[in-house]
Amino acid sequence: MSPTKTGLPPFQRLLEEHRADVYRFLVAAVGRHAADDCFQETFLSALRAYPRLRDKSNLRGWLLTIATRKTLDHWRAERRRPIPVERVPERAAPERDGRDPDLWRAVRALPAMQRAAVIHRYVLDLPYAQVAQALGTSEEAARANAYEGRRKLRQMQEVT
Amino acid sequence: MELRIDWDNALERSSRRAAQATLLRARSAGLVDVGYSVADSPVGRLLVASTRVGLVRLEFLEGGIDDLLDELSDALSPRVIEDASRTEAARRQLDAYFEGRVRRFRTPLDWSLAPEGFSRRVLERTAEIPFGSVSTYGDVAKRAGSPRAARAAGNALHDNPIPIVVPCHRVVPTGGGIGKYGGQEWRKEFLLRLEGALED
Repeated sequence: MSPTKTGLPPFQRLLEEHRADVYRFLVAAVGRHAADDCFQETFLSALRAYPRLRDKSNLRGWLLTIATRKTLDHWRAERRRPIPVERVPERAAPERDGRDPDLWRAVRALPAMQRAAVIHRYVLDLPYAQVAQALGTSEEAARANAYEGRRKLRQMQEVT
Repeated sequence: MELRIDWDNALERSSRRAAQATLLRARSAGLVDVGYSVADSPVGRLLVASTRVGLVRLEFLEGGIDDLLDELSDALSPRVIEDASRTEAARRQLDAYFEGRVRRFRTPLDWSLAPEGFSRRVLERTAEIPFGSVSTYGDVAKRAGSPRAARAAGNALHDNPIPIVVPCHRVVPTGGGIGKYGGQEWRKEFLLRLEGALED
């Protein structure tokens, strides 16, 4: 602990102001079941790094970047798991957050980067500069991933 | 293509619950640099803030706590989190003090917010003034090493980051009266009466 004059808001307020956005993103990205866990991991990582944070201009973007990393971790871990048994109950009790559970299933079937890009752009309504920041890619790559993800979603919707 | 999520109460509740679970883990992982609580007292609501070292800030609340939390974040660390267990020891002693069961605070203090040098010495000497007695600005200045700095001593006391526990209310003007108080004079009078240092 050192006198830093960071100008950062107290963490309690950071959490209070952004928890809804981060949670909304996580429910869209990993589903209600895994959202809690990813949420806690996101904010604990943020808390660990917080005193060293230099760029305080876009705290929401920073938190969503960490959340994106956690969802990528989660997806990778899930791919290694044999059969997604936990998916089964979702049919009986569809997610209440999306108006269209089929669409959400389709979103979660997208490759990781496309999925993240689609959610950031179309669910969270972020400009491409921030999508790129959250994904850790160039703006062009973010644009391409969102475009490709959206194209595939349309295809999947036409099929069903 | 409709990708918007309904912003419903369930999601608000879920995120609040997840936030509370996160803070629980943060506390047990030792990630809280500054833990704070709001406590009730006979002199109004108090903000109580403690570091791992000890009680670092006590303040009378007239309105919200946002500005005070901003100060703590700037001066100490942005890892400022509401934490009743961190502040429990200090709050218990304050309760006991107001109930007349404690005449001397034994809670560990963190002096980080008291500027080093003369100001810090003034506050340290003030902390030694016993319950029920008073001292003067000039006397405190003298004991802090600068006999003629009564006014500077007054300023240091006005900026006391830990009032009540560091009893700046026990310092009064030489010429009589109870003098000024950063936390409004009625509180100074209340504390001095509580301690029996003021005649009715």
